[in-house]
Amino acid sequence: MAMITENSTNDPLRDALLAKVQPAELVEQPLVTNDRDFNWVTDKICRIVETPTPLWWWVCMAVALMTAAFTGLGLAWLVSTGVGVWGLANPINWGWAIVNFVFWIGIGHAGTLISAVLCLLKQGWRTSINRAAEAMTIFAVVCAGIFPLFHVGRVWFAWWLFPLPNANVIWPQFRSPLEWDVFAVSTYGTVSVLFWYMGMIPDLGVLRDRAVQRLQKGVYEGAGILAQAMDIFRKYFYGIFAMGWRNAGNHWRNYEMAYLILAGLSTPLVLSVHTIVSFDFAAAQLPGWHTTIFPPYFVAGAIFSGFGMVLTLMLPLRALYGLHDLITQRHIDNMCKICLGTGSIVGYAYIMEFFIAWYGANPYESYAFINRAFGQYWWAYLMMFSCNVFTPQLFWFSAVRKNAALVWVMSILINVGMWFERFVITVTSLANDFLPSSWGYYSPTIVDIFTFFGTFGLFSVLFLMFLRFLPLMPIAEVKFVMPAADPHGHHDDGKGGSH
Amino acid sequence: MAEAEQSYGLIASFKNTASFFHAAEKVRDAGYKKWDTYSSFPVHGMPEAQGQPRSKVPIFTFCGGITGFIIGTLMVWYMNYFDYPLIVGGKPFFSPIFPFPIMYELTILLSAFGTLGGMFITNLLPQHYNPLFNSAKFLEVSGDRLVIAIESRDPQYDPQATRSFLEEIGGTDIEEVNA
Repeated sequence: MAMITENSTNDPLRDALLAKVQPAELVEQPLVTNDRDFNWVTDKICRIVETPTPLWWWVCMAVALMTAAFTGLGLAWLVSTGVGVWGLANPINWGWAIVNFVFWIGIGHAGTLISAVLCLLKQGWRTSINRAAEAMTIFAVVCAGIFPLFHVGRVWFAWWLFPLPNANVIWPQFRSPLEWDVFAVSTYGTVSVLFWYMGMIPDLGVLRDRAVQRLQKGVYEGAGILAQAMDIFRKYFYGIFAMGWRNAGNHWRNYEMAYLILAGLSTPLVLSVHTIVSFDFAAAQLPGWHTTIFPPYFVAGAIFSGFGMVLTLMLPLRALYGLHDLITQRHIDNMCKICLGTGSIVGYAYIMEFFIAWYGANPYESYAFINRAFGQYWWAYLMMFSCNVFTPQLFWFSAVRKNAALVWVMSILINVGMWFERFVITVTSLANDFLPSSWGYYSPTIVDIFTFFGTFGLFSVLFLMFLRFLPLMPIAEVKFVMPAADPHGHHDDGKGGSH
Repeated sequence: MAEAEQSYGLIASFKNTASFFHAAEKVRDAGYKKWDTYSSFPVHGMPEAQGQPRSKVPIFTFCGGITGFIIGTLMVWYMNYFDYPLIVGGKPFFSPIFPFPIMYELTILLSAFGTLGGMFITNLLPQHYNPLFNSAKFLEVSGDRLVIAIESRDPQYDPQATRSFLEEIGGTDIEEVNA
């Protein structure tokens, strides 16, 4: 009956009605479960980087490095021979390179969505996953950048993409969407790094202070000289990058303002990046590309694939590091629901494209779409449609969302589907363009396959380095959403129990 | 005053967020100026409790944004209209429409730099050394300790009176930090 007394007003009719219907009390799921305190959170996250490197890390790193070598090999072969080693030929001059670029850039979008958009929407559950998701963004942009960079053919002239004075005294051509893309992607990469770094400053301070504390206490008996040397390294490495952060109220005041502004800047930025990526296609006159639905459809697809990737990464990490109290079922549920929402938007866009092709009564446009689904690339369209439209619909069921292994498999299917979406858009439209006499069929070469396969290794290498050296979760933000951080609560200790 | 010159000030710890928050309000009301609260997470409403004004960071963001927008506009005008006019598809050499993505991205880019720079400037960072780091208790702020520090350069500071004031508002583990 506590609910009724809480809601009681001066209105007797309302009270009587409330007593009669007895509204259900909805308990908000806590974001940090099992009644953990502040020190537990600090310890749990810091110990990931402070304890000796686990064996699985070395195994994963070795595999990741070997995989990344494929990209190195592919690129070395490309640069030493020429861009003809890729499977590009008229009329399909945008093959896997552009497909992979859009794929990786799209994956990055979920990181910014979690760190910026969910921050503005005051979604407290974002706290435990945002750091790793932002790291994913940056590493995905690195992988994405490789493809257009080498696609220019003579990579040593890639700096001509930027408005820098050169010996030919010419400048970039700013009417081209490709030049807009240079600015969008480089701004996106830079701002993501700034946002990521600023969010990390307080946590780097925590790691610094913990290293200094251990050095002062001299807790190295039996641990050996190496443990002490590592703490000296940590004291300076984290100390330099923490910039002397000392958790002052004054620091937090300016920091929180800056964080909010960066979130506000990143939100229009992330929407603009995939919009401009879609302009690469939409501003062309090719049937199948020249559509106004592209910007929103690309952004929804990017968020969809990005959340797929976040799930792919976070579920194993949660199991490996025992982070079940920080990444709870509620977090997984929410991410699955975002996949469901954005996946449904993507599905709607697929169907709407067909409707408009028919409704627009343009025979070339109609042909492009019928050819997409039933032409020579029908298998790619089928992969795309089944993975992206049907897979996420399973997330309607809570039993599916609670099955971590199934969610993980589905998250991979989502990314397979999203890669095929970019393949379908890029290749099918180009393969059958204006002149039937020049139509062609595109197949990737082994160099294409090597280069793309290796980027997963590169991404993993970067992500493993992040896991080893930087705090996986924003400690301060996780503490902030715990009930004990509420200055108006009535908690006698530092416990973070139910709210 | 030889003693006061060597002392950075006094630090006191508080047992939970609520008492920490109310103690900050009392320090503010007592009229201290050179003091601050220290906690490993931002406390909701603390700037008001400390009597601090709104952060100045947005000014830096605004300056960055304006600079970015102007640079973007002038750059496209100079490069595609003034220095090397290039005919592309019969489009105008300059217009505020086609280079809008460039202006937009540069506005965001320089706003972001302005924001991060503004955070450092308003917080007087980088400042890798501070006397507070000499205190072992202060380092525990990174865990769960909640600390209020009143500096000796505050005009109201008095080693004895400030110490008893901190005790009065619920502070424990009161310690003098050397400068």
